[in-house]
Formats: sequence, structure tokens, C-alpha cells
Amino acid sequence: MIEKILLISLVLFMIAIALLLYRVIVGPSMPDRAIGLDTIGVNLISSIAIVSILLKTKAFLEAILILGILAFIGTIAFSKYIERGVIVERKSNR
Amino acid sequence: MNVSQIVEWVAVLMILFGSIISVVSAFGMIRLPDVYTRSHAATKSATLSVLACLSGAFIYFWSHDGYVSIRLILGIIFVFITAPVAGHLVCRAAYRSRVPLAEGSGEDLLKPVLFGDEVTVPEHNEETLIEREQKE
Repeated sequence: MIEKILLISLVLFMIAIALLLYRVIVGPSMPDRAIGLDTIGVNLISSIAIVSILLKTKAFLEAILILGILAFIGTIAFSKYIERGVIVERKSNR
Repeated sequence: MNVSQIVEWVAVLMILFGSIISVVSAFGMIRLPDVYTRSHAATKSATLSVLACLSGAFIYFWSHDGYVSIRLILGIIFVFITAPVAGHLVCRAAYRSRVPLAEGSGEDLLKPVLFGDEVTVPEHNEETLIEREQKE
């Protein structure tokens, strides 16, 4: 019974990721796509936690931390690129 | 039904609650009209869903295996800190790169503060730019 509920919640997360993929592909502006990719990363984190419960292993728990850090850094890089046109600023005049 | 089974059921129901909240936030991402309103659905409810899901996984591993996972606690704290910061930065970048508000929005008080000293073009779509180039 517990496994069935975990499978149902995994399917719900996959439905959420599919709906967000629609927003990433169609999205009228670039910040829409950045927000959609950030939310896809967050949903992947929680689905990895469910998969590690289903497979009865603890080896995937590092991947949660790494994916969280990568999603955050990717969103920061996207927003800086959208705002200023560059990611890494060379001149520091202020 | 002893105590550990009850705790496992609580953890699994927390995970189910998180997945339902995640689907609700995905529907918000589809149906809301604007970047600024979509960021509400993307940051607030998605953060709640991932917090509920990771807390459920932590409680499940704690009661089932007796294993206190430091990595899950670190993941919970990291997501809880960084998701609002990421939403705020994307919204700031969207406003500064002149993504228009949705139709039917209220008065925009930030526009004369940020873009007040520029030449006021009423709409920033491509037709007005093309018309301006043709006039020049």
C-alpha cells in the first residue's frame, strides 16, 4: 500500500514536470523559461527522494544536494544574462 | 499497527501532499497570464511541495532504517533559502528587460522611477519600433 501511494505521487510529479515543459517550450519571454526550468529542477529533487525510498537505497541523497545547487546557480546565471547581457562582469567600477 | 508503522504512514502522506501541491503549482504556471504572477506559482507553492516531500523522505528513513540523513537536512535548508532568492532575481531581470505586464493590471508605479528619464514609448512591441524606424 505504501509503495502504491509512492508510485502515485511519483506519477503526479511527472505530470507536473510535463506541464512545466509546456511552459518552457511555449513561454512568450525568456524569464518564463528560466522560471520553468527552475521549477523543473525543484520537482526533480523531490522525485529523486521518492525514487530513493522506492529502491530502498541511500545512494541518491547526494544527487539531491547537487541538483539543488546546480538549479540555483543556473537560475542566477540566466537572470544575470537576461538583465545585463553578460554573465561574468569583467570591469568592477562600482 | 505499532508506532513505526504510524510514523511511516505520516511520512508517506506528507509525500503525497507535496506531490498534489506540485501539480497545483504546475497548473498555476500554465494558466496565470503574466511572468510576475507565474513567479508566485513557481516559487511559493513549489517550495512548499519540495519541503513536504523532503521532510517525508527524512522521516521515512529515520523511522524505517534508523538513519538520520544529514544530506537531506542540508537539501531542505538549501532549497528553503535559495528558492525565494531565485524567484526574486528572475522577476527583477524580467522587469528590467521590459517584459510587459498582463492586460488588466493596475497602475505601474515602478515605471517612472526606473525608466522615467527616457523617451516614453507607450508600448514596447515590435510594431511601434518598426513604425519609428520608418518615420526616421
